Amino acid sequence: MTTEATPSPTPEQIHAGEQAILKRYWESNIRIMGILLLIWAFVGLGCGILLADVLNPFELPGTGYPLGFWFAQQGAIVTFVVLILVYAILMNRLDRLHHKQRAELIGEEGEPQAYTGEGI
Amino acid sequence: MNVQVWTYIFVGLTFALYLSIAWWSRVRDTKGFYVAGRGVPAAANGMATAADWMSAASFISMAGLISTMGFAGGVYLMGWTGGFVLLSLLLAPYLRKFGHYTVPDFVGDRYDSRFARIIAVLCALFVSFTYVAGQMRGVGVVFSRFLEVDVTVGVVIGMVIVFIYATLGGMKGITWTQVAQYWVLITAFLIPAIAISIKLTGNPMPQAGLGSDLANQSVSLLSKLDGLNRELGFGPYTEPFVGRWDKVNVFFVALALMVGTAGLPHVIVRFYTVKTPRSARWSGFWALFFIAGLYLTAPAVAGFARYYMLESLNGTTREELPQWFNSWETTGLVLWYDNGDGKIHYSGDDRNEIFRAGTLSPAELSTLARDHQLWLDSGHSSGADARPILKAHGLSGPDRDIIVLATPEMAELSNWIIAFVAAGGLAAALSTASGLLLVISSSVAHDLYYKVLNPSASEQKRLLIGRATIGVAVIVAGLFGIYPPAFVGQVVAFAFGLAAASFFPVIVLGIFWKRVSMIPAIAGMLGGIGLTGFYIVGVVFFGMEKWTLGLTANGIDPQGIGTVGMFLNFLITIVLTPFFPAPDQRIQDLVDKVREPEGWSPAVDIDSGPEH
Repeated sequence: MTTEATPSPTPEQIHAGEQAILKRYWESNIRIMGILLLIWAFVGLGCGILLADVLNPFELPGTGYPLGFWFAQQGAIVTFVVLILVYAILMNRLDRLHHKQRAELIGEEGEPQAYTGEGI
Repeated sequence: MNVQVWTYIFVGLTFALYLSIAWWSRVRDTKGFYVAGRGVPAAANGMATAADWMSAASFISMAGLISTMGFAGGVYLMGWTGGFVLLSLLLAPYLRKFGHYTVPDFVGDRYDSRFARIIAVLCALFVSFTYVAGQMRGVGVVFSRFLEVDVTVGVVIGMVIVFIYATLGGMKGITWTQVAQYWVLITAFLIPAIAISIKLTGNPMPQAGLGSDLANQSVSLLSKLDGLNRELGFGPYTEPFVGRWDKVNVFFVALALMVGTAGLPHVIVRFYTVKTPRSARWSGFWALFFIAGLYLTAPAVAGFARYYMLESLNGTTREELPQWFNSWETTGLVLWYDNGDGKIHYSGDDRNEIFRAGTLSPAELSTLARDHQLWLDSGHSSGADARPILKAHGLSGPDRDIIVLATPEMAELSNWIIAFVAAGGLAAALSTASGLLLVISSSVAHDLYYKVLNPSASEQKRLLIGRATIGVAVIVAGLFGIYPPAFVGQVVAFAFGLAAASFFPVIVLGIFWKRVSMIPAIAGMLGGIGLTGFYIVGVVFFGMEKWTLGLTANGIDPQGIGTVGMFLNFLITIVLTPFFPAPDQRIQDLVDKVREPEGWSPAVDIDSGPEH
């Protein structure tokens, strides 16, 4: 939207642009959350419970764990930790991306003041 | 030095540490009191959340439960950690952006209703009190087992300690104390686990050791354990869905625990204590990472202790008994009633000779022991065989707490490590109790007093009410700990079910569906709570027949009914919503705001936010 032809956008254009960015942000947010929750349900409720009897005749490669038992007592927990880690990384990246888009829209250089990026 | 002296030393040292932290971080304003001034780094908040999360039950009882239940014990592991994922993805980031102190705050503002706020406050109070009573009892039990003082004295000591650091430091004091408590409890849990893993499998990583071969043998520990379990008439350890734990019940209980944990108010509030949603996300990761430290070790301890116990007890005579058996026999956690051959037989059938005292009084126990001896001496002509009597009481097998408490002795560790486990159990109980007391205090002082009764109260007045509430709550919780109502154990299932059926759906829908307004939300909450409460009270207290819902011949376990309550809550709210007008623009803007990226609009300052 910030092309050579329109040097400074009007407040209405900024508002519409911001709304579009917010909509895109929320949609990406839902998508990330949805995919991660599907994995959550598949590994925790699926492999750990609903499919446990099917998986149990197999062993976790290289160990003596029956696979269904392993998912129920350890695999699910390991997966959950990884899911939250992936979520934190993806969402923090998404936040950054949309702040950048907004800064470009308004025509500011760099990131807005309110966003400091600290936190780990 | 003996175990008792070491226990006094460790308990004294850790208590002194907690109190100095409280003194160092004492606070003067409500912001520091309820949300630690929002200045806690993500990793530290993660540790504090982990300590808050892991109660006396996680530390002392969970490994024992898994040890007896085998595969089905996974419902607790998956339920409590899986709920954390729901919390981190579905609730925490938005509640944090919303910028208020408590869950009832969110419910009250989002649905613009004093009635909804009061229901939420009452649920938060009920859940917290149920829990905190269990923690205070846990403190008393650890004291009585390790220091041989009366349970009452133990509970009173615990009350005094929690009262001092919670009223002095508020959330800030509690948070930093919990960081210290996390390290005490995790070290105390890991050392015995590592030692017994090396002893049995030669693998220093207990989490991997459980899946390894036995030391100097070419058979894996789990398959040997399955064999032993089967031989002795227990279900095979790793086989899913034995007995009443069929697939439907395992699923329902696990889901109820997951959703219930996500709705527990004392854990949600932890996400308010960091500076930005960005660090809230990181502290969510750190919290589960630190929780996994104990939760991945617990199944290993469970398996090792199970194997060790079956292997070392069966066929043993009185003279050959290991030391740990003798020392815990005096506490009633494990009892042996012989059939006359002088050798222990621990099995899942009628030949079993291993029991626990449970809630039987010393007088009842000595009568049992005397009659049993008479029965043996007289060649079964007089006296009474104690075994069928105890079996009828449901007291077969050792107490589940013995798994964690006796592991250091099973691994032949020094006395000071055994004493350190006592300090770990106390850390787990105290950290959870203090977090819960703060929720109780904020529910009463903030949500009831300030928001409903006296909105013009000054900062000092609110802080005073907050501290006074903690004081009263500590005393009530302590009384519950000293005189536990017989139903405390059963009520814990209710706490999870209630949290699952009440908070979770209204918060999720409140964030993800703007259209939901007050009446459908309240109807959903009441429906969910009503069904869950009715079923648990009916089945547990009035012997109502369990519902099968056409899914399981065994009937739905009361622990799993929260799942049904949650679905009902969602269903009622979703069906009713189209029939009621959408919430007004102010509420819709509020929802839009929690959906923005962080820092999009200027951050809401807690004390200048709406209605403040």
